[in-house]
Amino acid sequence: MKTAIETHNLTVAYNRRPVLWDIDFQIPEGQLIGVLGPNGSGKTTLLKSIMGLVQPSSGYVRLFGQSLDEVRSRISYVPQRESVDWNFPISVREVALMGRYRKDKLLGRLSREDHRLADEALEKVGMLPYADRQIAQLSGGQQQRVFVARALTQQADLYLMDEPFAGVDAASEEAILTLLKDMKQAGKTVLIVHHDLHTAHQFFDWMVLLNTRLIKCGPTASVFTAEYLKQAYGGQLTILSQVSDLVKARDFPIRERSFKDQPK
Amino acid sequence: MSDFFTFSDPNVRLVTAGTILLGMSAAIVGTFTFLRKRALVGDAIAHAILPGVCLSFMITGEKHPAYLLVGAVIAGWLSLLVMDYLSSRTKLSTDTAIGAVLSVFFGAGILLLTSIQHSGSANQAGLDQFLFGKAAAMTRQDIGVFSGVAAVLLGLVLAFFRSFKLISFDPAFAKSIGLPVRRLEFLLSTITVLAVATGIQAVGVVLMAALLITPAAAARFWTDRIQMMVVLAAAFGLLSGLFGSWISYTAPSMPTGPWIVVLLSLIAVVSVVVAPQRGIWARLRLQRGNARKIRQENILKAFYGIGEAADAPVATVSVDGLRQQRPFEDRALQLGLRELVKKGLLHKHKPGDYALTTKGLQESRRVVRLHRLWELYLTERMNYAADHVHNTAEAIEHVITPEVEAALLRELGHPILDPHDAVIPYQTPPKPSAS
Repeated sequence: MKTAIETHNLTVAYNRRPVLWDIDFQIPEGQLIGVLGPNGSGKTTLLKSIMGLVQPSSGYVRLFGQSLDEVRSRISYVPQRESVDWNFPISVREVALMGRYRKDKLLGRLSREDHRLADEALEKVGMLPYADRQIAQLSGGQQQRVFVARALTQQADLYLMDEPFAGVDAASEEAILTLLKDMKQAGKTVLIVHHDLHTAHQFFDWMVLLNTRLIKCGPTASVFTAEYLKQAYGGQLTILSQVSDLVKARDFPIRERSFKDQPK
Repeated sequence: MSDFFTFSDPNVRLVTAGTILLGMSAAIVGTFTFLRKRALVGDAIAHAILPGVCLSFMITGEKHPAYLLVGAVIAGWLSLLVMDYLSSRTKLSTDTAIGAVLSVFFGAGILLLTSIQHSGSANQAGLDQFLFGKAAAMTRQDIGVFSGVAAVLLGLVLAFFRSFKLISFDPAFAKSIGLPVRRLEFLLSTITVLAVATGIQAVGVVLMAALLITPAAAARFWTDRIQMMVVLAAAFGLLSGLFGSWISYTAPSMPTGPWIVVLLSLIAVVSVVVAPQRGIWARLRLQRGNARKIRQENILKAFYGIGEAADAPVATVSVDGLRQQRPFEDRALQLGLRELVKKGLLHKHKPGDYALTTKGLQESRRVVRLHRLWELYLTERMNYAADHVHNTAEAIEHVITPEVEAALLRELGHPILDPHDAVIPYQTPPKPSAS
């Protein structure tokens, strides 16, 4: 199996407080992967650093064996639903069309093909009948489906989704799940930040269990065990968090400069 | 009035064209400032421009608008950088950073302005007009520069409309697809600074935030479309510029800038009140409609209850009888009865005596049916105790639409009795076999 995502010594700090420490893993192509861990365990940060939205203190990420900028058109990112203002005065179709924006096409209008792809994606998530509605008039689950539709219009090979099942009604959950299975059939890789342990082992083939450091990464059966879950959710590593507090309070650098490793 | 609107006076033409141009470009750019929730930043930039204007006058000794514009843009940009730095690199919160920049820059500007006025420079006259604008004193040269700037602004906004829309809505996604978000933000900020720097010619530093934000805020009430919002905001900017100039023409002692802002505020107030759906008036009407519906349906239900108990559905009922059935408020009861007679749901036999019409009977059955269906739904599907469902059903019965009713009937399988063993009345009366 080819590797879709590889992180190497990935370390990220916010305001000097480390939220991800030395994350090292490889994920094969063509899987549905769940990223799990308790609140504040760095799940969203992991996604953002893969997507280049936060700058790691050290370490690097390779996607399909290349750097993000080389394969950007093959990667699609679905941010958390709460990260945007849904009162923004645009329609469902306009959001879906945003998946067709390109950095080398900043100006001018979108093509007929772009519109067709956006409508097709909306159809797939069952939101085409709502295409002309303003996005505030949708339920939370429908809003999430619009975000997924926007990702679909990108026609990527790797999808990174941040909590697509959070606050979602049963119908939307069903719609998204069906879609994920179709995407897997088509050979796509989907990495999903997920909060619900009860559904996790049914949804995913592969898991990344996280709590600031990497607990375990592998096929679901080998990761979703009492032992690893306890490590992730159970006993806090109090010494580790004490050290994090120290780093923050004393304004230490999280890595010494000479130690920073760069991808070749 | 006719004098003004023929635009035969070249000075009128000049001033009006100037204010309209400035008002429109500020409104268009301001739409993005508003949508990015950066209204206060716009205000801070406007105030922070003053020292830049003063310094460029002190250095060049001229009031040529192009020179002043350069000073203004530099100062505006500097203020943005300082705000960004303060809020990202120190522990100061964003609002503190904005407040600090606004007052410090503005204070410095006033200091410079005072020192210019005391320097006795022959050319200083009119510089203080940057505080409140100098629309009526615009020169041909000013207009030339402003229309150039306005044209550039408009062209840039149109060209980058899609990208600006995306970075205003979801900057993280924009970054994820590789758009140069920082450069686009820089461009948008520069456009804003330019719009503010020219706009202060019309309304001055102090009122500039109104010219930038008010048109967009008013436009938002009328539309859910960003494209339409920009058009409406521009129209509001145009109207206020036009009529502001007219007022100061007909009453020469009236300042143009403040009048533009007054007119804009008027447009905003009207929008808040009368806009469809979002406006206060529309909301009040909706609430009044709801209250009327609840009032009428409660009266119909009382008729049904009396008829059901007496086994005489369309019996004549007195007002006192209704009051015994349900504690109505007197005025609401009288009003509701009049409305129901007018709608043909009630017969009025003689003063104080009423009976349901056939149509009224049907309507009363509908309301009672919804009430009992909802009670049943609560006990069967949501595990409420039978003695806890009445009050909820009293409220929900008025809300349920025919579609929800159909769904309830499907879900509950056209039940015959409610949780209190009362018969659920259907449009075609239940068959005797029901018992």
